[in-house]
Amino acid sequence: MNPVNYLYLAALLFTIGATGVLIRRNAIVVFMCIELMLNACNLTLVAFSRMHGNLDGQIIAFFTMVVAAAEVVVGLAIIVSLFRSRHSASVDDASLMKL
Amino acid sequence: MSASAVHSLWTTAAAAADPIAKIDAPKIEYGQLSPTLIVVGAAIVGVLVEAFVPRKHRYYAQLFVSVVALVAGFAAVVALAADGYGTTKAGIVAMGAIAVDGPALFLQGTILLASLVGLFTFAERRLDPEAHGNRVDSFAAQAASVPGSDSEKAAVKAGFTTTEVFPLLLFAVAGMLIFPAANDLLTFFIALEVLSLPLYLLCALARRKRLMSQEAAVKYFLLGAFASAFTLFGIALLYGYAGSVSYATIAQVVDGTVKNVDPALADTMGNDALLLIGTAMIVMGLLFKVGAVPFHMWTPDVYQGAPTPVTGFMAAATKVAAFGALLRILYVVLPGLRWDWRPVMWGVAVVTMLGGAIVAITQTDIKRLLAYSSIAHAGFILAGVIATTPDGVSSVLFYLAAYSFVTIGAFAVVTLVRDAGGEATHLSKWAGLGRRSPLVAAVFAVFLLAFAGIPLTSGFTGKFAVFSAAAEGGAAPLVVVGVISSAIAAFFYIRVIVLMFFSEPRPEGPTVAVPSPLTTAAIGMGVVVTLVLGVAPQYFLDLANQAGVFVR
Repeated sequence: MNPVNYLYLAALLFTIGATGVLIRRNAIVVFMCIELMLNACNLTLVAFSRMHGNLDGQIIAFFTMVVAAAEVVVGLAIIVSLFRSRHSASVDDASLMKL
Repeated sequence: MSASAVHSLWTTAAAAADPIAKIDAPKIEYGQLSPTLIVVGAAIVGVLVEAFVPRKHRYYAQLFVSVVALVAGFAAVVALAADGYGTTKAGIVAMGAIAVDGPALFLQGTILLASLVGLFTFAERRLDPEAHGNRVDSFAAQAASVPGSDSEKAAVKAGFTTTEVFPLLLFAVAGMLIFPAANDLLTFFIALEVLSLPLYLLCALARRKRLMSQEAAVKYFLLGAFASAFTLFGIALLYGYAGSVSYATIAQVVDGTVKNVDPALADTMGNDALLLIGTAMIVMGLLFKVGAVPFHMWTPDVYQGAPTPVTGFMAAATKVAAFGALLRILYVVLPGLRWDWRPVMWGVAVVTMLGGAIVAITQTDIKRLLAYSSIAHAGFILAGVIATTPDGVSSVLFYLAAYSFVTIGAFAVVTLVRDAGGEATHLSKWAGLGRRSPLVAAVFAVFLLAFAGIPLTSGFTGKFAVFSAAAEGGAAPLVVVGVISSAIAAFFYIRVIVLMFFSEPRPEGPTVAVPSPLTTAAIGMGVVVTLVLGVAPQYFLDLANQAGVFVR
């Protein structure tokens, strides 16, 4: 199958993720959408790796997974601490500081 | 490329003789990487200290390890620079992953010194009144306990402190050291994450106003992760365009001077959409990190909510690292594309300078005011980036060095002015500070004048260098906008000075805490650097000039 199709799929996933970040209210869901964007990047990298016939893209995909895992650790810690002190994970409720 | 050819990438025919012997061990130049390695090593030692040293001694052990690491790292940078690695011996190390050259060493030295000063403000333990007989710093007793809960009170009573901030700071510094030196897109992305993740955590650790601190951390984290996802997609697209992640190879493909063009590369090279969208996304991630309009929305909230020592460190060191990486991306990878990125950066610089300066006028909180001022300064530095001349590079290097010490000093002064609720950051409480504590107010006035760019301060020298480089680089209209927005910015800096010295102190106004030698040293260093770079900048300008050449 033509690897370019995977690029279209990845771009679609990335767009869905970005849209989700912008329109969803729950911090956990927003965070999941960011993970979707990272995975779309992985798919792009692997597809380009296949097209170019070198392994750089696949190596980056592995690093991205590690980074995403580290980001989950840090992100969930922060979101959970916010949830425990406010009993809400909505990003709209976090509005102590405004312009 | 056919499927069998691809398959042969990771499989080998059984008859092939001794495939193991073909793998060359990577060559790592430990000496030239020593500044980063020292800091990473110390950060890991810091984690072990958390695990094995009794709670009572951890603070001193951590402070000792961190100070030694940052000083040793700085000494390593100076030794490398003295050996000529910044000029004649500049080169690419670690199998093409990291560049050791003038800008990298200059920025690494700046980051290490600024972090050392920032570390002093982290370690300050005399500003808050003692809690149950224990000295406390600016960080939460126990980050996991809910604000106002019994477990928090118990943690305060037991005298817990979050000494993890020291290893977190060192990890962030390690990322910042690699960020401006990264020479391929993978190293670039990893460095970006290594510097960001500890900062997200540090933002959430304030002792006072913890709800605001946690809110700042969530905002910073979600927006930062969003921005790094865009950066990663940009990296993927640039990799797809050039078939390589090495800066030099991408630059060759962009210029069209690449030697071996296989059919796949010929196919993607012709696709400008990959190049332009990829570039736009990477630059977007970097502009987010430096806080340029229109990617600045996180800056005021995070600067206000984060613990003030973290704000100072973040405002100074992150900006240095991110501008270093931006310079390398634009000057080493994409010089062939400058007719495309220059107009865009023009627009960004103009709205950043004007936006930051105009919105700052309406602020009533000193930390938010400094945040908007940092946005305006990002615009001034972008004017130097746009110059695309050697002078542009060296003026940006000088500006970053000057700006970082002023910023840390200014935020250190903010930590001193306190009332019952912690730091008194509302501007109305600063009224008449000059009558009550003339020295603190005078020092803060020096920093504000440096921000405003008044002659005899480092701010003036930096702005002059950046604007003259921009004018020579053909960006004269940008200089006009820069001077206008400097004038607007000067208005609100002077307004704070007038408020401090020429208005009556309020009866229930804040007190000025007497700091330990740590914060005194941080503020003193800020004042000394501000005045020396303002009065006798020639040596440092020469240094930045020598350091202004990238290796490719």
